Amino acid sequence: MKDLMIRGADIVVRTLIEENAEIIFGYPGGAIMPVYDALYDYHDQIKHVLTRHEQGAIHAAQGYARVSGKVGVCLATSGPGATNLITGLADALIDSTPLVCITGQVAAHLLGTDAFQETDVVGMSMPCTKWNIQVRNVEDIAPAIAKAFFIARSGRPGPVLIDITKNAQTDFGEFNYVPCLGFRSYQTKIEVNKSDIQKAAELIDAAERPYVLFGQGVVLGKAEAEFKAFLDKTGIPAASTLLGSGALPQDHPSYVGKLGMHGNYAPNMLTNQCDVLIAIGMRFDDRVTGDVKRYAKQAKIIHLELDPAEINKTVKCHHSVLGNCKDSLELLTEAVTAKSHPEWMERFREFEREENAAVVQHDITPTKVGLTMGEVIHQVNQYKADDAVLVTDVGQHQMIAWRYFNYKKSRTQVTSGGLGTMGFALPAALGAQMFDFSRQVVCVVGDGGIQMTIQELGTIMQTKAPVKIILLNNNYLGMVRQWQQMFFDKRYSFTELDNPEFVKIAEAYGIKSQKVSDRSDLNEAIEDMLIHDGPYFLEVVVEKEDNVFPMIATGCSVEEVRLS
Amino acid sequence: MKRYTIFVITENFIGILNRITIIFTRRGINIDALTASESRIEGIHRITIEVTASEDTVIQLVNQIEKIIDVIKAFYHEDEGVVYQEIALYKIPVSKLDGGLEKIIRQHNAKIIAAEPEFVVLELSGHKEQTQELLEILKGYGLLEFARSGRVAVAKRMHTIDSYVK
Repeated sequence: MKDLMIRGADIVVRTLIEENAEIIFGYPGGAIMPVYDALYDYHDQIKHVLTRHEQGAIHAAQGYARVSGKVGVCLATSGPGATNLITGLADALIDSTPLVCITGQVAAHLLGTDAFQETDVVGMSMPCTKWNIQVRNVEDIAPAIAKAFFIARSGRPGPVLIDITKNAQTDFGEFNYVPCLGFRSYQTKIEVNKSDIQKAAELIDAAERPYVLFGQGVVLGKAEAEFKAFLDKTGIPAASTLLGSGALPQDHPSYVGKLGMHGNYAPNMLTNQCDVLIAIGMRFDDRVTGDVKRYAKQAKIIHLELDPAEINKTVKCHHSVLGNCKDSLELLTEAVTAKSHPEWMERFREFEREENAAVVQHDITPTKVGLTMGEVIHQVNQYKADDAVLVTDVGQHQMIAWRYFNYKKSRTQVTSGGLGTMGFALPAALGAQMFDFSRQVVCVVGDGGIQMTIQELGTIMQTKAPVKIILLNNNYLGMVRQWQQMFFDKRYSFTELDNPEFVKIAEAYGIKSQKVSDRSDLNEAIEDMLIHDGPYFLEVVVEKEDNVFPMIATGCSVEEVRLS
Repeated sequence: MKRYTIFVITENFIGILNRITIIFTRRGINIDALTASESRIEGIHRITIEVTASEDTVIQLVNQIEKIIDVIKAFYHEDEGVVYQEIALYKIPVSKLDGGLEKIIRQHNAKIIAAEPEFVVLELSGHKEQTQELLEILKGYGLLEFARSGRVAVAKRMHTIDSYVK
C-alpha cells in the first residue's frame, strides 16, 4: 500500500498534468517548495516559466489564457507571494479570464499564529476570485484542483485560487484523480429558451434601425462563426467593445467600429438613434454607456447573455435571452428574416467619414513634426501577420492601439479592460507568446506602465520569447495628463516622468533594441522589428502632449462624443 | 426603501458567509439581521438575511449571491410573503418585581425563563414591533440587559428547496 502513496506535492503536479496544463507561470518560496521539488521530476511533461515577480506570473498566465482559450496556471508561495497575485486575480475576474492559481501556505498547525509568511490569502482573495479554497489534507488536493479547473473554465470563466498548506504538500497520499464534471450548486448548462428566441426574432424583424453591440462573450463562447452568420443574414451594423475586438474581422461589411469613451464616432452617436439594440456577450460597462440615464432610451434592448447577474445590472433590457451566445445566435439566425439595411448603414458611414476627416487623418498621416501613436500602429498594420496578437497596457497608447490596430482574427486582443491595470502588458505579452512562439505577439506599452513590471524583460531574456515590444514614450502619464489638460485646468500634477535610457535597459537584458524619434526611420524600424528572430524592443519617442479623440467625457451621454 | 427577507440555500462550505456578506459591504448596504442554520436536509444550510433597500437593489443582491459557486439558490420576499419570528431576552432586577410587572408579563405573553437571586430573565418571541414595545416598557423597570435575535423565517408559498438539491 505504502508503495502507491506519493507526496501531496507530486499529486499537485500530476493533477495539473491530468488537467492538460502545459505551462505554469510561477515563483518559488518556502511554503511552496515541495511543489517546486516535484516539478523537478516532471519537467518533461509540464513547463514552468520563472517570472521576476508574482504579479508578472499571474499577468503572464492571463495573457496565455486569453490567446489560447485554455486555463492559465500560476504558482506562488505564501505571504507576499500570495498577496502579489491579488491585482491579477481582480483583473482576471472582471475580464472573465480562466485561471487556476496555487499558493503555498504555512503548515496547518501554524494557521492563525502569525507564522512566518502566513497571510489569509483565502480571505483576501474572496472578492476577486470566482471561487477559492484552502486545502489542509493531502487527500483533498486532487479533488480541489479538479474542481478548480472545472469552475475556472466553465460558465462565465474566471480566476480560482487554491491555498495548500505545507503539511498537505509533504504528507503522502494515494493519487486518485477524477475529473470534475459538475456539482449541484453550480449549474453550467443553460438551455436556451425557444420562446425567448422567438420574441427576440420578432423584435429584430420589426426593427428599422437595428444595431448590434458585441463583447468578449462571443470569443469566450467560441461563437465567432455563429455571430458572423447572424450578421450575414440580418445585415445589422455591429460595433465592438474593447474586449470584443477580434470576434469579428474588421473588414466584415457589418462592422462599424468600436464603442465607448474612446471608441469611434458613429457607434457612439447612433446608439441613441437605433430602434432595437442587440447586446451580445457584453455587460454595459460604464466606459461603454457613458451616462446610463441618457443611454439608448429610444431603443428596445435585447440582451444575449450567459451570466444571469449581468441582465438588468446597469442597463434595463426589454428582453433577454439567457445562455451561451453560441447556442442562442444559432437559433436566432434561423428564426430571423434575411434583410439588409443600406440606408441605416449609410448613417454609420457618414459619421465615419466625419471622424476620418477630423481625427483619423491627423493621427495616422500627421503633418506635425512629432510622431503620433496612431501612425506607429498604422505602420504595424502594414507589416503584421493576420493573426498577430496585440497586447496593450493601460492609458493613451492602449486606446490608440485599439482604435488603429486592424483586428482580423479572434483571440488577438489582450488588454486589461475592466480593471485597467498598468503593468499588465509586458508579462501578458510574455504569457501570450509562451503559448505559441510562431505567432507574432506585439506588445504596445507606455513609458509609465512598462516601469511597473519592467523586470519581466528578464523573463523574456531567459525564455527567449520573441515578443515585439513597442514602447510609445511621451515622458508623461499621458492619459492622466490629458484629463488634467481637459478637466483640471492644465495643472499637470505629478504626471511628467524623468525616464531612463530604455534601450540600454533592453540591451542589458540582451534584447535587441532600437530607438526612433524621426518619422523617416519609423517604417524600417517596424519592419526590422517584426522580421527579427527573437525578442525586440523598439522605443518610439512620440509627441509629448497629444490627446486621444473621440472622447466621451465622464458623465456625458454617448451622443455627446467629442471629436476634439 | 422597504424591508426584505433574503433566503440563501447553500452548501456548508467554509467562508460562504464571508462571500455573502462582502456583496453587501461592497455596495455599502447594511445587513439589519442575519441568521444561519442547517436546513431540514443534511449538509444544506439556510441563511436568512433581513435588509432595508429598494427592490431593484435586492434583486441585484440576490443575483450576486446566487452567482457564488457554493450557493444553491437565493430568494427574496417582502414581509407579507414570509412567516417570521424573532426572540428577545430581557434581564430585570428582582427588586423591581411587583404586581405591575406581573401584569405586563401577562399582557405581552412573555415568559420568565430563569430566576436568579438578583435578577430574572424574560423571554418574548414575536415581530420586532412587539419585542420593541416590551423593551420600552421594561426600561422603566431597571432593565439590566437586552438581546434580540435576527429573524428566522419561512416562506408562505407552498414550495420546498428539494427541487434545487438533487
